[in-house]
This record gives sequence, structure tokens and C-alpha cells, in this order.
Amino acid sequence: MSNSTAMTLFEKIWQQHQVESLDGDAALIYIDRIFLHERTGSIALKSLASDGRKVVNPEHVFCTMDHIVDTFPGRNDTTLMPSGTDFILATRESCKEAGIRLFDVNDPQQGIVHVISPELGIVQPGCTLVCPDSHTCSQGALGALAWGIGSSEAEHAMATKTLRVNKPKTMNVRFNGSLSKAVTAKDMILHLIGQYGAAGGAGYVIEFSGKAVDELEIEARLTLCNMAVEFSAFSGLIAPDQKTIEYLRGKEHAPSGKNWDAAVSFWNQLYSDKDAEFDSIIEIDCQDICPTITWGTSPQHAIAVTDTVPEPSINGNGKVSESVLRAMHYMQVTPNTKLTDLAIDGAFIGSCTNSRISDLRMAAEVLKGRKVAVGVKAICVPGSTLVKQQAEAEGLDKIFIESGFEWREAGCSMCFYAGGETFGHQKRVVTSTNRNFESRQGPETRSHLASPATVAASAIAGHLADVREFL
Amino acid sequence: MDKFTQHQGVAAPLMQSNIDTDVIIPSREMKRVSKIGLGEGLFANRRYTLPGGREPNPDFVLNKLEYENTSILLSGKNFGCGSSREHAVWALKEYGIKAIIAAGFGSIFYNNCIRNGILPIVLDLIVIESLSAEVQENPQSNQICINLVKQYVESSNGKCHSFDIKPAQKVMLVEGLDAIDVTLKMKDEIFQFQHSYNKDFPWLN
Repeated sequence: MSNSTAMTLFEKIWQQHQVESLDGDAALIYIDRIFLHERTGSIALKSLASDGRKVVNPEHVFCTMDHIVDTFPGRNDTTLMPSGTDFILATRESCKEAGIRLFDVNDPQQGIVHVISPELGIVQPGCTLVCPDSHTCSQGALGALAWGIGSSEAEHAMATKTLRVNKPKTMNVRFNGSLSKAVTAKDMILHLIGQYGAAGGAGYVIEFSGKAVDELEIEARLTLCNMAVEFSAFSGLIAPDQKTIEYLRGKEHAPSGKNWDAAVSFWNQLYSDKDAEFDSIIEIDCQDICPTITWGTSPQHAIAVTDTVPEPSINGNGKVSESVLRAMHYMQVTPNTKLTDLAIDGAFIGSCTNSRISDLRMAAEVLKGRKVAVGVKAICVPGSTLVKQQAEAEGLDKIFIESGFEWREAGCSMCFYAGGETFGHQKRVVTSTNRNFESRQGPETRSHLASPATVAASAIAGHLADVREFL
Repeated sequence: MDKFTQHQGVAAPLMQSNIDTDVIIPSREMKRVSKIGLGEGLFANRRYTLPGGREPNPDFVLNKLEYENTSILLSGKNFGCGSSREHAVWALKEYGIKAIIAAGFGSIFYNNCIRNGILPIVLDLIVIESLSAEVQENPQSNQICINLVKQYVESSNGKCHSFDIKPAQKVMLVEGLDAIDVTLKMKDEIFQFQHSYNKDFPWLN
């Protein structure tokens, strides 16, 4: 029998933050850090102010300009997105009024929220962090309980320092064995969603573990947790280890001095106890994971690069799935087509999933000495201004530019289309982002999700490509 | 917030899985720093013939005369997955949607619904498919009745299907409460908690 006091990592963090229990299994949970961006944070701040409510601890709230801001060199407050400037100005004004640290358009620390928060040591093991952005789950990679919320919830968190949360069930996804060459964290998460469906994690907080997860560097762990929301999970998290501690050491917002030692000894207790029970367990053999690409309009349409587009599945009622037929029509793919036979028009490297320095290094390794295929528009958008600077210090920008990629300022950019920039109507794009939804990257744009290495290889080949042939 | 106890209305089927919030409202339709004026952008990519246009697509369910005054949506698994944008819920609300019956929801979307007085109901897909078939025979007369207090959905043929909802969330909807107001009643408890928390975790203060 298991030890009744044994707890999962999630349960430990939950218990430490529980202010009060509410009806059923809900609780009032204390929130350590709140992050905002100009897209959804602006409206939360405006609404809070118009209701006459105050941000109780503005020093615990951070805001960045990432979603709407352009990424062209020499950018300013004007945007390709009509009315984008309104969001930028409103955000700047509201942050000033509320006394919130804003990473403004040309701030040297500006960048995508889920890139800069770890980079600056704002997210820390064992803390709760929320943001009105679904990919907040990325930040669970450092052993935090971090999850995406709506704007109203963000108002609640700012006004009360708490959120009313239904306790999720717990799931452990174990990645056993080591990854094969050229297989990345992106391939791991696409493989998982491809195997278990886009709703496979619904209702759960997922702890990722196993040898392959232990072996991932922190940036790759951020990629893995980033797409927990595409698995419909409440969030994803990974127990902090020595890599996490070394990653945070010396970062601007990380604990320092005496606090550092106290924090580290606390962080060292943040793991799921040996006898802790999860409500659900999934085991993945990493030898089964290949470079993975999506063929359709849901992340669950993920298959190995060597595979062909599958035949539509049959529903319980004996009918062919309407969603799958729609996806095939939208993407203009037919069953049994080889993925690598699909010619591309665009290649994008960026987003909170894959825009960190290790992602750019990985892509540059493939691009070095090679040229992007004729007719392919290729763009690289570093996740933060600091990542961009680091890449430039290493000469990666030159590799990207010489191969034919555009080299941009930091932001969310073409991960989603805000009425601004797109690869174009019905263009086929291979992208290191997280969502291949219909029209996500622009009206009727066809998106294939993949790792930055696979994007780079495909950009060179001019069609979806197996990166292993490029190393 | 308006109270939600029961509702009867026309239901429209969107029987696919994974209808994401980009489908519910495309990013480009979120034009202002505002919660209002979003109803027009609801399902814009499917509802209109051209991106950014306003000419109704006659094939889209909500544009069909027989689905006039739709206030309930029926859908498959994982409705509202994807982006956290609350604009999706504000757009649905402005359009007049009171409840969504699906085989599952994206969790952020689900909470956003509760916050805005829209009732998300989870039923088995097979049940929703039968509701959908019944509704399609005559959408205006085969309306669906929802009772939140007693937690059941009743179709026009009299069949009842019970559903679950977390008690804390049910109270918010039934009483039309503002979550911030309710939580601020516990201000003292939060303050005390924070006081001792800051002693235990000084680096987070």
C-alpha cells in the first residue's frame, strides 16, 4: 500500500499555495507572479482600473510587448496590424498607472513572455505564475505551477493575489530511454499528442519525467511543457534538478545572497514522492519517436516525417470523422501522400515554443553553408532581444541571413496572424510554432508544425524534409 | 453578471471536434482594447465569404434562417481549445449564446465561460449527436431546455440528460456573482496567509 502522505510535485505546490478550500475540490490559490502582454493584459488592466480596483502587489506583476508589436528591424509603436498601436499605447499607459514593470517595445529585455520570464529568473521552482496566455504552461519546465488564464481571471489575480481554482487530476507522462539523433523536445510533445489526441490531457496537470526528460536542457524542457495546452492539459511541469538550479543562478530576478541558499534547499524538496500516486500514467518509449510533423489542422495530426497522411478514421457511429475530412480539404492533402512530397512556400522559426538560443543553434547547424530553396520565404524571429543579441554574438544571424532567412526583432510574430503579417493565402508553411489551426498564421494559410531543425531542413529542401539527411 | 438558472432556446450543431478559439474569433477580429463589439467577429472565417469581409456565407449553420435566434451550441470534443483569448467568450455572449453543450472543453475557455455567465455543459458525444439529429429536423420547434439548478438538459422529445458542474462554479452562475467581490470577502484570510508565506518564502516577496 502506498504511503498516504506521499505527494506528487503538483500536490506539494498546491498545498503550499492553498489559502482556503472552497466548495468541492476547488481552492483559493495564492499567486506569486503574474505576467501580462499587450494583447490580453491591456484589457485586463483597463477593466480593473475602470472598476476602481487596484493591483495589490504591482511589484509581482510583469508585462511585455510581444503579441502585436511588429518584428521588422527599426520597428516602433506603429504596427502592420490595424489598430495595433492602440493596444501598445493602452498597455504602456496602464502599466505606468499601476506601477508594473513593462518590457517595452525597445527595452533590451523585451521578448516573448514565456521566453523572458525564465531568461530573467522571474519564474522559479515551486512558485505559482499565471498569465492571460495559454502557453503559460511552458514555464512549468522550471518546476513552477504556471498556467494560462483569461483576462477576467488576470483581473482577479491582480486584485486579490489569488485565484479560485478547481483542483486538476494528476497525470505522469514518462519518456523512457533516450532520444535518437535529431529528435527534439518538439518531436516528443508532437508524438505524445499524435498518439493520445488533442484532448488527451483534459482535466489533468501533467508531470513530465523519465530519462529523456532528465537529459533535456532547460530550454528544451520549456518546449516540452509549452505544448501541454495543445494536449488540453491544465498545465505541465517538470521537477527541478541541478540543471534548473544552475540555469537560475545569477539571473536578475532569481534569489540572491542568503535567500539563494534557502531557495535552493526548498527547491531540492520539489519532486514527486516515490510512493505518490497519479490519477493517470502514460509511458512513451523514446525509441519510437522520430522527427515529427503535423499534416492537418490540429496538433493531434502529428506523424513521423517518414509517414504518409493517414486514411480518415471512422467514428463510433460508423461515419468518417467530419473534422478529419475538413482538415484534409483545408490542408489540400490526401491519404497516403508522403509528407516529404509536400512542397512548401514558407518556413518560420520562432514563437514561445522554439525561439530560444538552443533552437537557433540547432537550426543554424542545418543551415550553415546551405541555401533556402528558390521560392521559399523563410523568416527567423528570436524569442527575445537577449536571445537575438546572443545569437548575433555567436554569428548565427549571419548563417541565417546567408542561407536566405530574414532576421528579425523579437516577438510572437507570425505564430499567429493579428491582421498583420502572413505567408499568404493558401500558402504551405513549415513552422516551429505550436498551432496549425485553420487560418492561425493568416487567412487559409496551411501550417505544418515541426522542430526548428526540421523547419531548417525543409526550407533548404523546398519541401517537408527529414532533418536526419542534413546532419 | 446575469443569473443563470434555466434556459430554453434554439440549438445549432457544430459537430466537429477541436473547434478552437481562433475559429470562434480570429485574432484579426480583436480590434480594440475592449470587451464589446466582438459579436460581429464570431466565427468570422466560417460565417463570412471572405477574410475580413461581412458577406454571410449561406452554408454556415448560424446564417441559415432555420437557426435564427440560436442561443445554444452543440459541438464535439475539446470545444474552445487553443488560445486563452476571452474575446471568444465575449463574442459568443454578444451574439446571444447562453450555453454550449460539448463532449469536452478547453479548460481556460471553460473558466472564461463561467466568468461571463455562459454555461458550458459536458455530455457524452453520442448523446450530443442524438440531440443534434433531433434539432436538425426542425431547429425552431425542437428547442433544447437547460436546467442548471437541477443539472439536466431536456430535448424536445422529453429525454433528460443530467450533467456535472463543480459546485463552486455552479453557485457563481446561479447567483450571478462577481468572483472578485466574492474573493475579496476573504481579504483578511488572504492577508494573513501572505504574511506567513512571506516569512517562509522571503525570496518570493
